[in-house]
Amino acid sequence: MSAPLLSVNGIVKRFGGLTVVNEVEFDVAQGEVVSIIGPNGSGKTSTLNIVSGVLAADAGEVRLAGERITGRKPHQIARLGLTRTFQNGRVIGNLTVRDNVLVGLDGFGQRNSWIREVPGLRWFSLLRETLAALVERRGAQRENDLRVDRQLARFGERLTPRVDQYAFTLSYANRRRTEIARALVPDPRLLVLDEPTAGMNQTETAEVLAQLLELKRQGQTILLVEHKLDLVMTLSDRIIVLDEGRMIAEGTPSQVRKDPRVIEAYLGTSFAKEHGNA
Amino acid sequence: MDIFLAGLVGGSTYALIAVGVSLVFGVSNIVNFAHGSVFAVGAMTAWWLSGPMSLEFWLVAPGVVLITGLLGWAVYLIAVRPLRKAPGIAVLLATFAVGVILDNLSLRVFGAETRRLESAFPRDNFEIAGFRFGTLSLVIIGVSVLCVLALVVLLNHTRVGRAIRATSQDMEAAQQMGIPVERIQALSFVIASILGGVAGLLVGMYSSNVAPSMGFVAGLQGFAAATIGGLGSIPGAVLGGLLLGIAEAFGVSVWGDSVRQLITFGSLLLVLWIRPGGLLGRVPAISAEPMTGTFFGAGRPLRLSPWVAAAGTLVIVLIPLLASDYFLRAGSLIWIYALFALSVTLAGGFAGQIVLGQAGALAIGAYTSAILVTRFDWDFWPSLLAAGLAAGVLQVILTAPTWRLRGHYVSMATLAAGAFISALALNLPGVTGGSRGIASIPRPEVFGLSLGRATPMYLLTFAILAVALVFVSRLGRSRLGRIWAAVREDEVAAASSGLHAASYKSLAFGLGAVLAGFAGALYSVQVTFIEPKQFGVALSVMAVTIAILGGLRAPIGVILGAAVLVGVPELFRPLADWRLLIYGVLLLTLILVRPQGLWARVSLPQRLRPSRRRTGQPQGAAETASANEEVVR
Repeated sequence: MSAPLLSVNGIVKRFGGLTVVNEVEFDVAQGEVVSIIGPNGSGKTSTLNIVSGVLAADAGEVRLAGERITGRKPHQIARLGLTRTFQNGRVIGNLTVRDNVLVGLDGFGQRNSWIREVPGLRWFSLLRETLAALVERRGAQRENDLRVDRQLARFGERLTPRVDQYAFTLSYANRRRTEIARALVPDPRLLVLDEPTAGMNQTETAEVLAQLLELKRQGQTILLVEHKLDLVMTLSDRIIVLDEGRMIAEGTPSQVRKDPRVIEAYLGTSFAKEHGNA
Repeated sequence: MDIFLAGLVGGSTYALIAVGVSLVFGVSNIVNFAHGSVFAVGAMTAWWLSGPMSLEFWLVAPGVVLITGLLGWAVYLIAVRPLRKAPGIAVLLATFAVGVILDNLSLRVFGAETRRLESAFPRDNFEIAGFRFGTLSLVIIGVSVLCVLALVVLLNHTRVGRAIRATSQDMEAAQQMGIPVERIQALSFVIASILGGVAGLLVGMYSSNVAPSMGFVAGLQGFAAATIGGLGSIPGAVLGGLLLGIAEAFGVSVWGDSVRQLITFGSLLLVLWIRPGGLLGRVPAISAEPMTGTFFGAGRPLRLSPWVAAAGTLVIVLIPLLASDYFLRAGSLIWIYALFALSVTLAGGFAGQIVLGQAGALAIGAYTSAILVTRFDWDFWPSLLAAGLAAGVLQVILTAPTWRLRGHYVSMATLAAGAFISALALNLPGVTGGSRGIASIPRPEVFGLSLGRATPMYLLTFAILAVALVFVSRLGRSRLGRIWAAVREDEVAAASSGLHAASYKSLAFGLGAVLAGFAGALYSVQVTFIEPKQFGVALSVMAVTIAILGGLRAPIGVILGAAVLVGVPELFRPLADWRLLIYGVLLLTLILVRPQGLWARVSLPQRLRPSRRRTGQPQGAAETASANEEVVR
């Protein structure tokens, strides 16, 4: 069996005396959709932040395709093929939708990218980028524009009429869509989504579910934090349940649904009854 | 031992100034540039009350407290309260403008001369083991300790103190809990100003010389001390002040008075390199401060159609046919300042980093080209290129570790780098001529025309500015412009898209420094005499002001900003004494009336962006937008 795409081993994060992530470990295999669920404050987002390098772990390690990424900076991890969205839809308000998605490509596709990690030497790369920017022509990068269009088309008619509008004029749901497109456009090996349907109504949530299922069908590996259980149960291959920073269960949706610890900590008995597992 | 005591005395007054800076910063998240001026007014008031009014010391001290306290309140009312919903940089510039006004009013009221302030206490009446000291030193240290202790007790053991601490931690929450936040902020200004005034009185007595112009440098030293200790931390400010005072006393005793600023800003740079949060401060890496992110979010640059641009260029090029030499000289100065301000547009408008040390880059450019031309007989073009290159490379190296930081820390670090360079110029007489400067810089010939004549100089400076404008505008619309926007508005999101924010911030700053270096070379040709004094912090602030008033995201706006801020005071040159005062009033008015810049229109109100809230930005873009809209109507 080949190494999992992502493997998280015993990561720990403390804020002062509070341990928010405690010995969490799990794997995500190529092509798998794994969800993390749990009550508020159970360490879901902190786990994602550690995986994507936004937070530094106090212990443990994370590997992406066998390569150790703990301690790397977020931009380095992104370039290794792990892109993410945020809980609250972080788009760049003063850029258009198209430019927002193009930002997702800007960190990629440069030659000799190792040079950019060496202080001093990185100026060769920066100056080359400057010269390229000076002679750049609008519309010369057809290929990138097409890649952006492809991502925007995922969301049907939601974003396509708005490509040239500034992101600050967008609705909350459209910001989430723009952000997902930005994360997807460089064809990441692992897509990390932090509550992609937060603040969306039922119709919109159903739409996102359909879009994520389509992504899954195309073979995209996804790590997801989400509160809406219907979406999680339908989409996920495996589910990890956190409570107070610890993993209390891991398994397929049907296994997790039946787990008494999960029912007690998170799902509640009514949910379990509704889904016929009482 | 003498030196140590002198350092301790100097250090405790720095500590008093720094505590004031830190208090205001902590409560209102504002870098108060008027603080030094209040300090100077304190010193001048002390002279006036004890000299011409011949009051006793026990009446002088309360007088100083009263006047500086009132001044603090006035600074808050004029520069801070009207801008409470504007971005931090607007307030910073407003306090700077008030500082300029205060300095020059005090100049008018008290006269420009250095006055003699008699000490109320003997200077060397004690002797212990062959080491002499006076009651004065003890009083200064004692009063400083008492003031700081009183402040600590006030902050930690009273209701008002709790309200102040609550306000400094979370202004909105404090407001919703019924704390009169505005009154608390006003109070912090009053307390800080009283501490500054007391420091002015003490320093005045210690050095026995006072002058209205002494404030600005003292204020900078206060900032340096506060930042070294950790902005917002009272014990940090005390520690920073003492360390700085002692380091300076030893430095001055070895190398003489001219190293003072070199030590101040050298140690500030060093501390920001090694411990970015200051000695006792927390590392500010996580929270974004209001100076980063969207500022002037609602102001959008106007688009200039090619026809208008061509017509404008034609008018500018044809002006020499009609105008006098005097007008053309002023014109070239405007173009040089515009080019200089363009460097701020790059770093500030595009990458969102408010840089306050651009005078350093200008100085490097001016000195490089002046030295190459006077000593090595270089031609104009190679010396111009060398000037830009030297400025870019040196500034990038000096500020390299800075770009991990955000907000006020970037401003302070670039300010330190700039002031460090001008202090360096003062202390390298072999290279730069030291305080004598470099005189009679020859005016070169370009394309067979002497730049000694007004028209060629006017046309050349404009041509270089125009090329730079085209370059910068292109960059702004390119892939780099997009990356800068991402870094400016959300560093975390940019990093998660694989972008190394620090690299791109540094790039914007470095390219800006190259432009400032070009401007420096042109400046040395224009004025033919350069000395370290010319490249002070005030000049850096001028660059920021021009860029902001022009509209920070609109490169073309620098023309407008420079025309107003360089041109209008030129018109008042006959009123030499009032010129700076007019500049201050003009600056303040412009900031209060049009904080989004001249070359910008105001678009629809922005929605409150949740990401801003999460990163601890107290004012959402929406508030800024509506505030700006109100201002425009």
